[in-house]
Amino acid sequence: MIAELGHFALILALFVAIVQASVPLIGAARRHAGWMAVGRTCALVEFGLIALAMAALMHAYVTSDFSVANVYENSHTDKPLLYKLTGVWGNHEGSMLLWVFMLSLCAAAVAVFSDNLPPALRARVLAVQGMIGVGFLLFILFTSNPFLRLWPAPPNGRGLNPVLQDPGLAFHPPFLYLGYVGFSVAFAFAVAALIEGRVDAAWARWVRPWTLASWCALTIGIAMGSWWAYYTLGWGGWWFWDPVENASFMPWLVGTALIHSSIVVEKRDTLKSWTILLAIITFSLSLVGTFLVRSGVLTSVHAFATDPTRGTFILLLLLVAIGGSLTLYAVRAPALKGGGLFAPISREGALVLNNLLLSCGCATVFLGTLYPLFLDAVGGPKLSVGFPFFNRTFAPLMVPMVIAVGVGPMLAWKRGDLLGALQRLWVAYIATAVTLLVAFYVTYGGPVLAVLGLGLAAWLGSAVLVEFAERIRLFRLPLADSFHRAIHLPRSAYGMTIAHFGLAVSVAGFAASAFAQEAIEVLRPGESLHIAAYTLTLQKVERMPGPNYTADDASVQITRDGTQIAVVHPQRRFFPLQQQTTGETAIRTNLLADLYVALGDGDAEGNWTVRAYWKPLVPWIWIGAVIMAFGGLVSLSDRRWRVGVAARARRAPAGAMPAPGE
Amino acid sequence: MRALLLVLLLLLAPRAFAVEPSERLADPALEARARSITAELRCLVCQNESVDESGADLAHDIRVLVRDRLKAGDTNAQARQAVVDRYGQFVLLRPRVEPATYVLWFAPVALLVVGFGATVVWLRGRPASIAAPSPLDDAERTRLDAMLREDASLPAVPVPTRDSQPALAQDGEA
Amino acid sequence: MRRLIYLLPVLLFGVLAGYFALALRPGYDPQTLPSAMIDKPAPDFDLAALQGDAKLSRDGLIGKPIVVNFFASWCVPCRIEHPLLMRLSQQEHIPLYGIDYKDKPEDAQRLLTQLGDPYRLIGMDREGHVGLDFGVYGVPETYVIDKTGRIRKRFVGPLSAEQVDQELLPLLRQLSAS
Repeated sequence: MIAELGHFALILALFVAIVQASVPLIGAARRHAGWMAVGRTCALVEFGLIALAMAALMHAYVTSDFSVANVYENSHTDKPLLYKLTGVWGNHEGSMLLWVFMLSLCAAAVAVFSDNLPPALRARVLAVQGMIGVGFLLFILFTSNPFLRLWPAPPNGRGLNPVLQDPGLAFHPPFLYLGYVGFSVAFAFAVAALIEGRVDAAWARWVRPWTLASWCALTIGIAMGSWWAYYTLGWGGWWFWDPVENASFMPWLVGTALIHSSIVVEKRDTLKSWTILLAIITFSLSLVGTFLVRSGVLTSVHAFATDPTRGTFILLLLLVAIGGSLTLYAVRAPALKGGGLFAPISREGALVLNNLLLSCGCATVFLGTLYPLFLDAVGGPKLSVGFPFFNRTFAPLMVPMVIAVGVGPMLAWKRGDLLGALQRLWVAYIATAVTLLVAFYVTYGGPVLAVLGLGLAAWLGSAVLVEFAERIRLFRLPLADSFHRAIHLPRSAYGMTIAHFGLAVSVAGFAASAFAQEAIEVLRPGESLHIAAYTLTLQKVERMPGPNYTADDASVQITRDGTQIAVVHPQRRFFPLQQQTTGETAIRTNLLADLYVALGDGDAEGNWTVRAYWKPLVPWIWIGAVIMAFGGLVSLSDRRWRVGVAARARRAPAGAMPAPGE
Repeated sequence: MRALLLVLLLLLAPRAFAVEPSERLADPALEARARSITAELRCLVCQNESVDESGADLAHDIRVLVRDRLKAGDTNAQARQAVVDRYGQFVLLRPRVEPATYVLWFAPVALLVVGFGATVVWLRGRPASIAAPSPLDDAERTRLDAMLREDASLPAVPVPTRDSQPALAQDGEA
Repeated sequence: MRRLIYLLPVLLFGVLAGYFALALRPGYDPQTLPSAMIDKPAPDFDLAALQGDAKLSRDGLIGKPIVVNFFASWCVPCRIEHPLLMRLSQQEHIPLYGIDYKDKPEDAQRLLTQLGDPYRLIGMDREGHVGLDFGVYGVPETYVIDKTGRIRKRFVGPLSAEQVDQELLPLLRQLSAS
């Protein structure tokens, strides 16, 4: 009964979405206020209905209603409650429902927080959101319905893939999807602007908070996915350049470019058609990612069980959404006139360089991900494009990028003084040089490229701090005055500083991963292995029952110079239902380095393979990502974005806010 | 259905856990070479893990094969080729640089060059009014000073210096 | 000219969509790998048979087109294709040889007693070396070898009736005729 309610809510949501996609659009064309206002109501109703459907599916999972095929295929009565809830999106159908749920959430948010938008723009934005909703609701209802019934109901379900039975499943997909789908708002704004034929600073100001929020969610989503892989896989890898990972990384790269180029539109009224294009491409890449993951055209560890009808359906959606918006772009964009002029060496110029490098980086990832498909489709050899390719192509593109991030914010708008900026960065040179020397000395004989990577991180981190010190005139004015300036800096300036600093922290983490050490030994209880400065002793291995598995739980004592630091418990878990074994690693971190212990196979004589890794600075990768996302949130809290401010700012004279810009 | 079966078949293959101590070669230099080779070979069963990382049985077999070949005196390239002979180029995580992959390998650089060129053309094609406001030459400076002296009511604003530039940023506001 | 630049994104997307459509064409499975061994001589092998003292070797099989099937008792999909293999040997009288991959003889024997034995001879590849030489990446796999000992075709995963009727049998007829 409740499943039917959910099913019915979805069908109803489809009809509401159809109204949302059409009526406000006509209203906007005919300047009919009543019709335009329909969009808002529809968005809220659609959100309510999809939330109801989501709740219905969750109910079916929690009550283990195996008459629902989706529950039967992906759940089991013995599964812990957390995984009954999160298992809702641990499969294709449920995750699509989460996808449209997030989509309707974004549309509802636009409906609620858009008092300051001109009614026609709001109507068009909501209509475009409605169109995307129509497409995906059709997709769910016709090819991926999670509410289909089974008769007779099986007594128990087939369970969730043990690899997914991890708290990571509770957070990683929702954040990731919120990021993907959040970019639909920027997309809708771009399409609406193309329909209106007008892009101005106010437009950029409206679209920026949505882009920022989605970017933060995507940053967190990707970072959590990477962390999940790190602690799950048993050998400490955190990024594999897998097609599905790349599918999430590409919107991030272009989304990052979009955040930066929209600053130029807002402040300088130029780069308009480029920014519109980025907004379209960012969401298009989210859609292409959805296609790649669910159509089965690429092989990936993460891909869902696939079927060709779904692929064809999503391809049609891509044709309509991406093809349509890009055609509109081809027709309308040439009419968008850029305003503000600037010299190549200027803040705008630096942001253009940022966009160029990020776009090239994204194109590289795109090509690497899809090249096997292209070659195969034209009858070429089957080949793989793996991490060695990306390390050799993508990484070099990001080096000038990171260097430029240190200098760009030091340049003035319109016309900057590169030499002056470079002179003012002298502290950063010293910091970089010292880091390089120390790192080279400490790791002598180790990988030189990684040392340079650490230097890069030091450069960026110190340059960011120098820029901030410049901004508050630290040591140039009395401290009290500097403090006063610091308090009055706009939040967006803090956001930039924090996010760029986060990037520096992550870069250090990436670079230092090359210094990792590894020790793999077969141990009997009582025996030890040595890694870095630590001694790891396998004390015992015990069999322990879990809720739906049995675990071999190892007690591994970590000592340093004879003093015990901790006893950690890596496990091997056997899930009898799926006949599958997973590893549960134990990680001891001091935030400067991780000691990572995984339990391998055991034999009848009580020998166990123990795998230990010492990974310096690796936590910084995710700490940096969190700092970046936090920077985004701080920027988001800038009072310029608050409801109504944009409308006032449009009327206010220039320079009303003494902000030196981000 | 076929795909599902394939997945089923792969999952049921017995699982171990990446490089096992028993596989390792006694000679550390040889072992290091083996690791560097298998790290760039793709495990076919698990699709996106390397042979070095994978716990699949097939990955174990390939690790042993590579080590056997190295022990027999093969060069890295020969040992790699032994795997390619059996499983095709698909096992190479680093595609070879050859005509079929020129586009793949050189497109990133080409894109950067083209993108950079396009940006330069675009910047050049714009009106140059602000692009190059040449600094005052000595004659202009003298005239400016003279004008400023004439109008004593004006504060003696110096020629713009670097420090005054942040003020420019405010022009861009709103 | 300037307008053409704005057309570029949609044109590029068109090309991309074309590739996607190609990848979705019916009958194309991006997951299946072509064998690297096609048209190359089958690797040399010399295996003890499951029953008796006989040997299953490459040299002993040259001279007529044959089908070699890698299977194992622990492999579930092998059971799915088993009835087809029975049909191949009993109705079509195909020279079908089995290679028991990473398996125990007693387990394999139990499987064959239970489901019937479609093979003329079964070689025991206990360590999987022969499988490795053939480029086997998951059982079952089925190879067609011509009379000169070259591998002509590989099927990955359980055979389907269509594959047998539309690909395997015609190929064998053609190989026998030439």
